[in-house]
Parts: sequence; C-alpha cells; structure tokens
Amino acid sequence: MKYVTKLLKGNEAIGEGAILAGCRYYFGYPITPQNEIPEYMSRNLPAVGGTFVQSESELAAINLVMGAAAAGGRAMTSSSSPGVSLMQEGISYMAGMEVPAVVVNVVRGGPGLGGIGPAQSDYFQATKGGGHGDYFTLCLAPSTAQEMLDLTILAFDIADRYRCVTIILADGLLGQMAESVEVPLDYKPREYKKDWIMDGCKGRPPRIVRSLFLDPAELEKHNFHLSEKYREICKKEVRFERFKTRDADIVLVAYGTSARICKAVVEMARADGLKLGLLRPVTLYPFPEKEIRKTAERAKALLVVELSMGQMVQDVKRAVGDACPVLFKGRTGGMVFTPEEVYQSVKKIKIKDEG
Amino acid sequence: MNTQNPLEPYLRLDRMPHIWCSGCGIGTSVNCFIRALMDLNMPKEKICVVSGIGCTGRVAGYLNLDSFHTTHGRAIPFATGLKLANPDLKVIVFSGDGDLVAIGGNHFIHAAQRNMDITVICVNNFNYAMTGGQYGPTTPIQAKSSTAPYGSFQMPFNLPKLAESAGAVYVARWTTYHVRQLRKSMREAMNKKGFSFVEVISQCPTLYGRKNQFRSGRDSMLWYKEHSVARNHPLTSDINLGFRTYILVGKFIDIEKPTFLDGLNERYKGVREKIA
Ligand code: SF4
Repeated sequence: MKYVTKLLKGNEAIGEGAILAGCRYYFGYPITPQNEIPEYMSRNLPAVGGTFVQSESELAAINLVMGAAAAGGRAMTSSSSPGVSLMQEGISYMAGMEVPAVVVNVVRGGPGLGGIGPAQSDYFQATKGGGHGDYFTLCLAPSTAQEMLDLTILAFDIADRYRCVTIILADGLLGQMAESVEVPLDYKPREYKKDWIMDGCKGRPPRIVRSLFLDPAELEKHNFHLSEKYREICKKEVRFERFKTRDADIVLVAYGTSARICKAVVEMARADGLKLGLLRPVTLYPFPEKEIRKTAERAKALLVVELSMGQMVQDVKRAVGDACPVLFKGRTGGMVFTPEEVYQSVKKIKIKDEG
Repeated sequence: MNTQNPLEPYLRLDRMPHIWCSGCGIGTSVNCFIRALMDLNMPKEKICVVSGIGCTGRVAGYLNLDSFHTTHGRAIPFATGLKLANPDLKVIVFSGDGDLVAIGGNHFIHAAQRNMDITVICVNNFNYAMTGGQYGPTTPIQAKSSTAPYGSFQMPFNLPKLAESAGAVYVARWTTYHVRQLRKSMREAMNKKGFSFVEVISQCPTLYGRKNQFRSGRDSMLWYKEHSVARNHPLTSDINLGFRTYILVGKFIDIEKPTFLDGLNERYKGVREKIA
C-alpha cells in the first residue's frame, strides 16, 4: 500500500478515515469540540458521491444514520458528550435491530452541558451500553491523529462484521491537535454481504428490521443471540498496546489523551532509573481484562490514570482482583494533568514488599 | 452627574465583559429588550428569562433577573413548565434560530399550538455561530457556511409564517437597525396574552457575515437600512428571506385567542366543582 503524509487535525483524520472506509453518509449536528468532522465531511463527501446532511438535532442525526445503514450504506455521525447522550435512544434501537454504524464521541467535560475541555468522563456510557436494554457498543479509543484515521477505518469493518454500533471515543485535545498522518492511497474497503438490508424485495421475500419483540420468549432468544455475539467480540477484538511493561514494577493504565501523557511519564521515570511501564487499552469494550490481569500478576502496583473521577479504574480493579494494589489518579472538568503531576503521583506510591 | 448607564440595574455587571464579538447584533437586541422592560415598568421579581444554547443562549446569563440557561433546544419546554407552575411570572424565552427552530423546533410549534402564555424572542443570524458558523434552519439558499462550503441549497424556514401557522397570537420581525420599532414590538409581545413571537434579524460579522459579504456589523446595518421594507399586516407567506434580498419587516399578526391556561381553567372548573 502506498501512503501520503498529511498534516491533519485528529477530527479531520476521522473524516479522512471514514471516507477511505467507504462511508458515504454523514449526518450530524454542530457541537464543540468536534465541528471539524462535519465540516470535513461537508467539504469532501460531494466529490466521492456521498451525502452530507446537517440534521436538526442529534436525535435526527442518529435516526438518519439508522436509515442509511438499513439501506446498506456505510454511515457515520459524530458529536460530543451532551449530543451523544441524545443519540442513546437510537443507538439502543440499532443494537436491537443489529444495524451497523460508527458513532464518534469527541468527549467534553460533564455532567450536563459541562465545558468543552478534554475529558474521559463518558467511559461508562460508551462501554456499558449507554442506552436502555441488554447490549454493548464496541468502543475504540485512539490516542494519536494517526489512530483517529486507522481506528475509524477499523470501526466500519468491525461494525459491519458484527452488525453493531462502534463508538470512537476521543476528546477535544485529540480532535483539534494537528499531527502528521500516513494516509493510505489505494485503500479498498472490505465488502460485507448484507443479506438483511432494505433494498426492495424484488425476487426475494420481504425483510423486516425491528427491535420490537412482544413475545418474551422470542425477545429472550434475541438477547441470547446478541450476547453470544458480544462474547465472540470479547474473544476476538481485544486490542491494546504495551509500553515498557516487561520489567515494570509499576504499570500505568491509561487510554487516549491520558495515555499520551503517561508515555511521557514512563520516559521520565525510566531516565531516573524507575521501572515504570504503560498498558494502553485501545478497545475499551471489549476490555483487555486478561492482559491487565497478567500484568498485575507481575507488577507491584497499577496506577490508573484517567480524565474523570474514576470510571475505567472500576474495570481495572475487576480484572486485577487481589493480584496487586490498584491506585487511581484523575483530573476532571477539562483539566488535564501534566506529566510531572502524574510522575509525582507515581513517586508517592509505596510498594510494600520493598526494603 | 450621574454616569450610570440606565440599563445597568438590569445587567450582571460582574459577568462583563460579555463574550459577544464587536459589531454583533445580539447586544442591540438585549438593549432593546431591557428598554422594553423599562417601558413596561414591570417589577423585576415578576420576570424570568430563559435561554437555550448558542451565542444568543448567553443572554439569560447576563441579565440581572431570575434567568435560566437550559440545555440545547429546550428553552421553550423549560419555560412552559415554569409558567405552568407559577402563572404569575412573565416568562420570556430569548434564544437563537438554531436553538429555537432546529433542535427545539418541535417544542416551538407545540408551544405556539397550545398558545402557551410566553414570549419568544428569536435572534436570527442565519447560522450556528457559537460552534463556528454552520448552516442552520434559516440559512438562505446560496449563502455559504462552514458546513455549506459550496453554498446552501435548502429552503430556509420563514419563521413568522411558521409561528403563525402553529398558532402564535402575536408575530413581528425587525432588524437590529430598527431599534425603536423592535423595542415597541417587544413591549407589545410581552403585553400580549398567549404565545407571542418576535424575530430579530441580526448580524454575525464574525461568521455568517465574513462568508457572505457582510464583513462588518456596519455593512449589515447599512444593508438593513437600505433593504428593509416595513409593512403592517402583510401575509406571512409573502415575507420569505432570501440571500442578500429585501427584508420585509413589521408586525404581521396580532390576534386574540384563549391561552392554554384559559382553556385548562375552563375545562377543569367543572371537574374541580364535581370533586369538591
Ligand atoms: S460569533 Fe457571531 S453571533 Fe456570535 S457573538 Fe460573534 S458576531 Fe455575534
């Protein structure tokens, strides 16, 4: 594959990735800090024969996506926290109907209207279902502009493969910072056979796409089927990155923006002779539980570093059990820790069996 | 010599400077609004102002009255709840076109349909300014925006017509050039029982203006001055706004109709008597 290097904002990289992945339908509503995505799509979709609509609300956007995806197209919407909350109704319906799509959440601090600074406080919403009912959404957490592009392409593939909604969880820092990105030149999106879409019932029996099952036995069967699918996803789609964890006494666990900062912390600590490492979940659902457990069994402590009051830390604790202590460092509301600040927290960790 | 600006008691000076750009029309709209309140001599404790999200959504936060900054699009249902729980309040919704008629459009038409006794002031600047100048429900065909880089091609809403068809009892439109008329219409709207609506055609030099040859606030004001045509009671179907075309301004609707609360009290009276 040939590549061209471009200087792109993270949000633009998402747009670029989406178009490469064959996304031809984008619907969205303005909200900061993700406006570069709709702006990019409105500029670039016409040339590839795509359609851009600025919907009248996020609720409309997610339903437009649902419709385009049910017709067999690759569709995407993007928003930021309060807007994604509005989309939860539609996401739950899509999970029930097994209509695939990509939803980007460029997270901002909450609750409520909150602020527009970088935050990771939508972790629960993105990884535990988000709306009503027994379902999960796949969740990818990029930490560079390059990953904004790569994971967007992957998100469309995963969505089609499992007929599920894939969430890309970023934040304003990743979205608005420009970095150089290697963009594939002749990428061919994979085609998936879609024998469930609404494309007119010529020469075949009519289909129905629905999430309503009034017979409890039938609904239970449907939920068993969905949960079987989630089990398969958990088996096959876990992604993570290890950074100097092999000999680490203390391992940081962080994703997205926090992971970027933690990489700098690892370098600082290593320069001082401290054995620090980083485990970075790339998929937040499925969560790299086994890897974290394995790491915990070798390390003396884990420090979970998040831009929230402590959300992913709960999953880490569940994975670790009593293998080693799990500590937490968080900032919230759009405040971002400096590497020095995180390093101070690392230095304060007292490892029991030492000395 | 008293150097105090007569508007000061109505403003939260501790929150100044405001966020609006120089040359923006929102300040003029607020100025007219406060003067209309002063004309009405209404006690401050009787007034509540509700805003949604956006540049105009910030109005509530600067007014030294009981004011509410609600979530996007929901100013009208919030105001409706407020009015129903305390009918003695004068409830005014002050927000932008995107907030009121895109994401809040359903609430807008239903409050008008119920003839809810509130006043809605809509500052229409033809785009979503707060988020960077995207096109909206009122962007004229041909006008450029950050998400209509090749020019808009969707028919925009004609807000007075929408308000009228949904059931509003008072509908007027002025530009920010027409400060005296605007003040008067705001006064009339607040005096009106039922759903009253005032559209303020307003300039956004920073975003909409920059992309559409209205580079400064002054450019827009001159355009408004030279291209506004005032008419009383024309048909609202004749007052569509185009791209750099004439702007029909005036009072379009002023009728009497029972309000939601009139109807409710009337209907419930019998029921209440029966139960008592
Ligand atoms: S962006 Fe436009 S509407 Fe917002 S304050 Fe500036 S000039 Fe006014």
